[in-house]
Amino acid sequence: MAQRIDVKDLNVYYGAFKAVEDVSMSIEPRTVTAFIGPSGCGKSTFLRTLNRMHEVIAGGRVEGTVALNGRDLYSKDIDPVAVRRTVGMVFQRPNPFPTMSIFDNVAAGLRLNGVKTKAVLAEAVERSLKGANLWNEVKDRLDKPGAGLSGGQQQRLCIARAIAVEPQVLLMDEPCSALDPISTLAIEDLIDEIKQQYTIVIVTHNMQQAARVSDRTAFFNLAATGKPGRLIEMGDTAKIFSNPTEKATEDYISGRFG
Amino acid sequence: MSTVTSSTEPAAAPPVGAGLSGLSRGRSVTNSVMTVVVYGAFLLALVPLAWILWTVLSRGYSLLLDQNWWLTSQRGITPRRVGGGAYHAILGTLVQAAVCALIAVPIAVFTAIYLVEYGRGKLARAVSFMVDILTGIPSIVAALFIYAVWVTTFGLQRVGFAVSLALVMLMIPVVVRSTEEMLKLVPNELREASYALGVPKWKTIARIVIPTALSGIITGVLLGLARVMGETAPLLILGPYSASINTSLVDGPMAALPTMIKDNFGQALQPATDRLWASALTLILLVLLLNGAGRVVARFSAVR
Ligand SMILES: Nc1ncnc2c1ncn2[C@@H]1O[C@H](COP(=O)(O)OP(=O)(O)OP(=O)(O)O)[C@@H](O)[C@H]1O
Ligand SMILES: [Mg+2]
Repeated sequence: MAQRIDVKDLNVYYGAFKAVEDVSMSIEPRTVTAFIGPSGCGKSTFLRTLNRMHEVIAGGRVEGTVALNGRDLYSKDIDPVAVRRTVGMVFQRPNPFPTMSIFDNVAAGLRLNGVKTKAVLAEAVERSLKGANLWNEVKDRLDKPGAGLSGGQQQRLCIARAIAVEPQVLLMDEPCSALDPISTLAIEDLIDEIKQQYTIVIVTHNMQQAARVSDRTAFFNLAATGKPGRLIEMGDTAKIFSNPTEKATEDYISGRFG
Repeated sequence: MSTVTSSTEPAAAPPVGAGLSGLSRGRSVTNSVMTVVVYGAFLLALVPLAWILWTVLSRGYSLLLDQNWWLTSQRGITPRRVGGGAYHAILGTLVQAAVCALIAVPIAVFTAIYLVEYGRGKLARAVSFMVDILTGIPSIVAALFIYAVWVTTFGLQRVGFAVSLALVMLMIPVVVRSTEEMLKLVPNELREASYALGVPKWKTIARIVIPTALSGIITGVLLGLARVMGETAPLLILGPYSASINTSLVDGPMAALPTMIKDNFGQALQPATDRLWASALTLILLVLLLNGAGRVVARFSAVR
């Protein structure tokens, strides 16, 4: 189910502006990979190229290859919609669909992709909400609006929504940055549980979080504002945090950074 | 903050700090003057509105209390006779407006969707510019254009449907603009959330974006409808008055409230004058009703 990702020589552009330059990396299946680095270095931009969400933005384009289990996502015969079904995404700010109930939010991905059978939907909603550690809190009010939940619950609802379509890779862009420590912990536990089934990539500004949840860590940096971001170093989380190869990584992790 | 609270305790309070002088006299005078000016302007603007409402209401209400007003036409009733109703004109106005909406709303909503969701580059700018031009077209010019096409070119009769077509031209830009605003209010994050689930763009628009913006779109449509319902120029050119009930949009003249008002204007006979005010009041009520409905929709289905 979980799949590996191989990125080769990737450049990412917003129109004429090159935001990320020359990134190559491999992401193993059933691992959690953390992206860290200063603001504006292109972590979100790069993350969004992994499920072709980058090209949704006007002027957004990439050069290079991103291969999922050996197949280039950017080759001509690949449908970006199908890519996004395989590579799911959770955003920084919880964004439940405001017109939908909790149930409908979780079922949205399946429904909009043509699943109509009630039993199938109900089963998927329960499984996903349990998977997202939200079931016990909402099982009695599945028909209430999803926007009526607390921020942390909304974010877990969004995770449930993302895993309901059974993707093989889950991308998370600072999923905890708007949450309190308890919700954050709940989501970290969740990541730990679901990494058995998914390949997970998480962007975070929280060093402790990266150290706690990830198996591997990639450090991005940019030479100066206006210059493209680059991948400085990637390795096992333990190594990156205790004994990084690059001076910039060490400075960033120890907080001795601009 | 603490300085302010402590200064309310007389004994312990130090003299008011150097930076915290009292409200200066000049400023409080300016404030009073501006308050008077603002309220004065508001009341001045209110005078004609209240006056119109009072005039129409006081002169028109009595006929509206008679159920015949709502159920019968003016067929066979001369200006000097009392009696009859406005059913034929109310029917005409509602039917013409409904057909207008039926044609204008899909065109306008799809145009707005194109402009907001797909439009990039030259074509979108051109479309947007056209909508601007359409907004600026005087209603009588729209009516003349339809006349040129409908009557002059195709040799057809002046009927209700032609009026609806002219109204369509007036309604489209209003609804395009209001729908555009509502679609722009839908946060981009919702679109992205949907794309990230592997939902194609058109389905995202149909199932996520439109439902989120729906109440706003409906409100815009109702307000646009209320606006075109009182339009008189298209009726003067394309919709001759008839005192009888005509349910057909494509055959024979069809009455409408504005033309009924005009028909009763300048008769100098009391029964006709009464009918004039009563039909004016009826038109105002219809428009207010639509406006009210628009606001109710907006309030009740507002996205949380
Ligand atoms: N929609 C956009 N259009 C043009 N440039 C953009 C856009 N989004 C981001 N950028 C630029 O791309 C660069 C990388 O931005 P990105 O959002 O990927 O950074 P980030 O590492 O995720 O930062 P943060 O940690 O603050 O989220 C920045 O210089 C930013 O200004
Ligand atoms: Mg970011």
